Amino acid sequence: MQTTDVAPTVAALPSVREASRLRDILIHPLVLRIVSFAAVLGLWEYAGRIPLSAAFPTFLETLVGLRDIAADGSLGKAFLITLKPLLIGLSVSVVLGVGLGVLMGLHRPSEWLIAPIFIIAQAAPLAALIPVLTFAYGIGLTAKVLTVCIMAMPVIVLNTLGAVRNTPQSLLEMARSFLASRSQSIRHVILPSASPMIFSGLRLGSAAAFIGVILAELLITPTGIGDIISYNQSVADYPKMYAAILSIIVFAVLFIELLERIEVSLFRPEKRP
Amino acid sequence: MSVSHIAPAGTAAPPPAAGTAPRAIVEVRNVTKTYAGGVEALSGISLEFPEGRLTTLLGPSGCGKTTLLKIIAGLIPASGGQVLVDGREVKGPGQERSFVFQDFALMPWASVLRNVAFGLELRGVARSEREAVAERHIARVGLKGFEHKYPHELSGGMRQRVGLARALAVDSKVVMMDEPFSAVDEQTRRKFQEELLELVAKEGKTFLFVTHSIEEAVYVSDRIVLLSRRPSRVSAIIEPKIVRGDDPEKIRRDSAYLDAVEDIWQQLKRYLD
Repeated sequence: MQTTDVAPTVAALPSVREASRLRDILIHPLVLRIVSFAAVLGLWEYAGRIPLSAAFPTFLETLVGLRDIAADGSLGKAFLITLKPLLIGLSVSVVLGVGLGVLMGLHRPSEWLIAPIFIIAQAAPLAALIPVLTFAYGIGLTAKVLTVCIMAMPVIVLNTLGAVRNTPQSLLEMARSFLASRSQSIRHVILPSASPMIFSGLRLGSAAAFIGVILAELLITPTGIGDIISYNQSVADYPKMYAAILSIIVFAVLFIELLERIEVSLFRPEKRP
Repeated sequence: MSVSHIAPAGTAAPPPAAGTAPRAIVEVRNVTKTYAGGVEALSGISLEFPEGRLTTLLGPSGCGKTTLLKIIAGLIPASGGQVLVDGREVKGPGQERSFVFQDFALMPWASVLRNVAFGLELRGVARSEREAVAERHIARVGLKGFEHKYPHELSGGMRQRVGLARALAVDSKVVMMDEPFSAVDEQTRRKFQEELLELVAKEGKTFLFVTHSIEEAVYVSDRIVLLSRRPSRVSAIIEPKIVRGDDPEKIRRDSAYLDAVEDIWQQLKRYLD
C-alpha cells in the first residue's frame, strides 16, 4: 500500500490568503445585510431625487419628516393608539389560533369542523370584509381588533395545525415505547417539535396583524399611525406621511425579530450560540 | 452449526436445543399481521427468544421483520395470535422492553443527557437521579464529555450511541434494535458490531435485532431467524457456532462464520427476483 502526503500548497501563498480573507469579510452576514439595506435606501434616495413623483420624497427628506413627528410627540402618541388594537387583536389571535391549531392537530374531527373556515379565510381578500365589520361593530376599537384578528389568525391556526401534524412519526413511537402517556407525548414531544413551525406562523401572523391594524386605521376611522398617514397625505406633507409608514415598517420588523429571539431563548436551546 | 428447517406451513415453535437452552423470555405465538387494504405482512409466526441471547430477525427487504419487532415492542397491534414477554401478554409497550430506532429518534431540542434520561423522565424519576443514571450510560457507550451536546452536533454513529444509551438507561430485560446500524457508515458499523458483542456478553440482557445484512446477522447473533418474503413465515432458524474469543476481528475470518454467511445467502437467494 502506498500513501502520498499532499501538502496544502494553496494555503501557503500569501496573496491567495489575503484574497480569501477579503472574500470572508465581503460575504460576512452583517456586511451583506448592510449592503442590502444600503442598496434599497440608496435606490429610494435616487428615485426621490429624479423625482419619481411629486408625492414621493427622498429618503433623507423622510428622515427629516420622521424627526419632526418624533420631536413634536405626535409619533409616540400615534404608536400608543395603534398598538392597542394591534396588541389586543394579536394576543387574541395567538392564544385562540395556537389553541385551535393544536386542538385540530391532535383531534381529526375538530379539524374537519374548524379548518375549512380558516382555509377559506386565508384565501379570501379579508380587507373587503372591513366595511361589513364597520357595519356590524361600528367604528370603535372592536372593529379594529377584529380586523387584526381576521388578518392574523388564519396563518397562525393553519401553521399550528400543520406543525402538530408534522411531528415525526418515529419520535411519537419513541415516546410511546418509553411509556409516555398521551399528555406526556404532547408536552414533551409534540409541542417542542411543533414550536419552530408554530413560531413561523406567529411571525407571519404578526406581519399580517400590522397590515390589519393599518388597514383598519385607514379604512375605518383614521387614528394613530393611520391618522398621521392620511392627514399628511391630505395636506401633501409627504415626508411626514412616508416617515409614518417607515416607522411602522421598522417597528414591525423589530417586533418580528424579537419574536424570533424569544422563540430561540425559550424553546430552541440547541440553536443558542 | 445447526440448522432447523421449518416446513412452509409451520406454525410450531422450533425445537429447543437439548437440555442447556435458556428459558424463552419472549414467545411469539402464531402472530399474523394484515394491514388495512389487505396486505398480509406476517402469516402465522411462532418463535421463541431465549433469555440473555442476541436473536436476529433476518430476511429479504419488505419481509415484515420490522413489523414483527414492533409488534413484540407493543408499538403496533398484531392482527392475530399473541406475544408473551416474561409470561405476560403484550398489550402495548412495557417496562421490560426498550427500543433502539433505525433513524435514532432523538429529540433535536434536547441535549444528549436529556435524550438518554428521557425514558426515566417519563417514568417520573427525579432529575438528579435520572441524570446520574444517564451519565453512567453515556460514559458506557463512549460519549463521556458529550452530555451537553445536541444531536445535530454529533455524527450518525454517535447519535445511535445516544439511542443505545437511552435504551440501556431504563434497564429493561429485553432490548430491541431495529436495523440500528443501517444509517451509519461502514467503519462505524463494524465498530458497533464489535461493541454489541461485548455488550451482550456483559449485560445479560436479551437482545432482539433486526437487520438485512447477512454478515452483520452472523457476526452478532447467537441465533438467526430467517423470514421468508411477504406474507412472512419463519423459514429457518440458524445458530452459528462461532467461537467468540478475545479478538473480534478473528470472527470475520472464522470458517464457521463464513459458512453461515454462505448458507444463509443460499437460502435467501431464492426470495430474490
